[in-house]
Amino acid sequence: MKAFSYERIDDAAQAAARAFEVPGSKFIAGGTNLLDLMKHEIEVPPHLIDITRTGLDDITETGEGGVRIGALVSNTALAANERIRCDYPVLSRALFSGASGQLRNKASTGGNLLQRTRCPYFYDTAMPCNKRAPGAGCAALDEGADTRQLGVIGTSEHCIATHPSDMAVALRVLDAEVETITPQGQTRRLTLDEFYRLPGDTPDVENVLEPGEIITGVVLPAPVGGRQQYYKVRDRASYAFALVSVALIETDDGKGRVALGGVAHKPWRRDEADAELGNGAKAVMAKLLDGARPTDENAYKLTLAERTLAALLAKE
Amino acid sequence: MTSTTTFEKHRESATTRSAVALSINGQRHELELDNRTTLLDTLREHLKLTGSKKGCDLGQCGACTVYINGKRVNACLTLAVMHQDDEITTIEGVGDVEHMDPMQQAFIDNDAFQCGYCTPGQICSAKATLDEIRAGIPSHVTKELTGPIEISDEEIRERMSGNLCRCGAYANILKAINQVAKDQIVKDQVAKERS
Repeated sequence: MKAFSYERIDDAAQAAARAFEVPGSKFIAGGTNLLDLMKHEIEVPPHLIDITRTGLDDITETGEGGVRIGALVSNTALAANERIRCDYPVLSRALFSGASGQLRNKASTGGNLLQRTRCPYFYDTAMPCNKRAPGAGCAALDEGADTRQLGVIGTSEHCIATHPSDMAVALRVLDAEVETITPQGQTRRLTLDEFYRLPGDTPDVENVLEPGEIITGVVLPAPVGGRQQYYKVRDRASYAFALVSVALIETDDGKGRVALGGVAHKPWRRDEADAELGNGAKAVMAKLLDGARPTDENAYKLTLAERTLAALLAKE
Repeated sequence: MTSTTTFEKHRESATTRSAVALSINGQRHELELDNRTTLLDTLREHLKLTGSKKGCDLGQCGACTVYINGKRVNACLTLAVMHQDDEITTIEGVGDVEHMDPMQQAFIDNDAFQCGYCTPGQICSAKATLDEIRAGIPSHVTKELTGPIEISDEEIRERMSGNLCRCGAYANILKAINQVAKDQIVKDQVAKERS
C-alpha cells in the first residue's frame, strides 16, 4: 500500500470541499473495497478523508411516502431494517445475497454503489486495463482471455467489465435516486441510470460524480408493492459475485419491472423490456438484451438471464 | 502524468502517521501509527494480541474476525486510525483458558478444528451468527423476511460463509455452533419461565 495522509471530517459538505482541495483524495467509510484496492495498489490515493462520523447513518421517512437511506447505513442495517423488509423486500434480498456477514456489517450504502469491478484483469496489475490505466488496453479482449464472468451488453472495445453490486440492481428496479452534495455545497439527485456511465472510451470514469462530490444518501420513492424477488446465480451457494442476477417486481395491475446484474457496466434495465413482462421471459429478454455482444465464453449469460427470469415468473 | 506527480508530491510532504486511542477488550491503548496500519496489524504487531489471525489479508477468509462496537468485521479491511473511541473485542476478550466462552468450549467438545489457525475467527463469527439470529436479522436463506428465524444447518452455513477453513473442519464447526444454539434456547426458556 502507498503511504497517504489521513484526516477525519465530521460534516459531509466540509468533506466535499476538502476533497476538492486535495487532488486525488478519496473518501473512506466502510473501506472494505477501497482498502482491498489500495493493498493491490490499484487505488493509490495520497489522502484519505474519513467520513464515518458525518452522521449520515439514519433511515428516515420522506415527505413523499418513501424512505431516505443515509450513505453510511451499513448493508446489514439496511437489509435488516423493518421498513425495507416489509415495503422494499427486493432490496433486503439483494443485500443479503451479497458478500459475507462481516463485510455487510462494515460496507456502507454509498460505498456499495461506488465499489469497483471484480474483472480479473482490473485486479491483476501485471495486465493491461483501460479502467486501471487509461489507454493501456484491455486484456479481457485478448484472444483466449477469461471472460466467463464479464459483461455481455453495453460494453465497448475498451472495456467489458461488469458492476459487481447486488444492492444497485435492486435500487435500479425500485427507481431509487442517489443524493449528493458538491464541493460548492449544492445538492443533486440522480437516478441510478443517470448516476452510472457505460464504459465507452473512458472506462475509468464509472459514474457522473464531479471531483469532491460526495454521496449523502439514497432516496426510495413510495413503495410500489407487488411481488418482489431477487435471484442471484453464482458459482457457489454463498459469498460469491453474480454470474447473472435478476431483480423482479410484479405489480397487481399485471405490470412489472426487471433489472439485471452481472451483465453490464451498470445495473441493466430498459422500459421497453418492462413493458413485455406480460408476454413472458423470452419477450422481455428480446428487448432487454437486444444489441448484446457476448464473447464465446460468456454468451451463456443470455440464456441464463432468460431462464432465471422465467423461473421467477413461474414461481407460485 | 501530472496527476501522478501531484500525488507523489503530496505523499512526500504530508504527514502519513497519526495518533489514535483504541479501546481493546476494555483496555485503552494510545498509539502513534503509520496511517496504512490495519486494525489487524495493530492488534498483532503493535499490541501482541496474536489471537486474531492473518490469512488472506483481503477480507476473504475471515481468520481476522473481531467485533467493533459489538459487530463482527474483518480486522484486515479497516484502518486502526479510523477507530478512535470504538469498542474493539478480539478473541482474547471473548474468553481464556480459565474463563472459556461457551462457544470456545463447544469447539473443543466437538473437535471443531484441526490446525486451529482459522479458529479464533470462526469462534468470533459463530458467536455473532447466533447473536444476529437472536436479533431477528434474516439471511439469504431465511424463508420469510419478516417472520421468526429458525436455527438450522442451512442458516448457520450461510451465515458462516465468510470464514474459510483449509482443514475442512466445517462439519464439526456446524456441530459446535448447534450445541451452543441449543444450550441458549434452553437457557432462554428457563429465564422466560423464571420471569
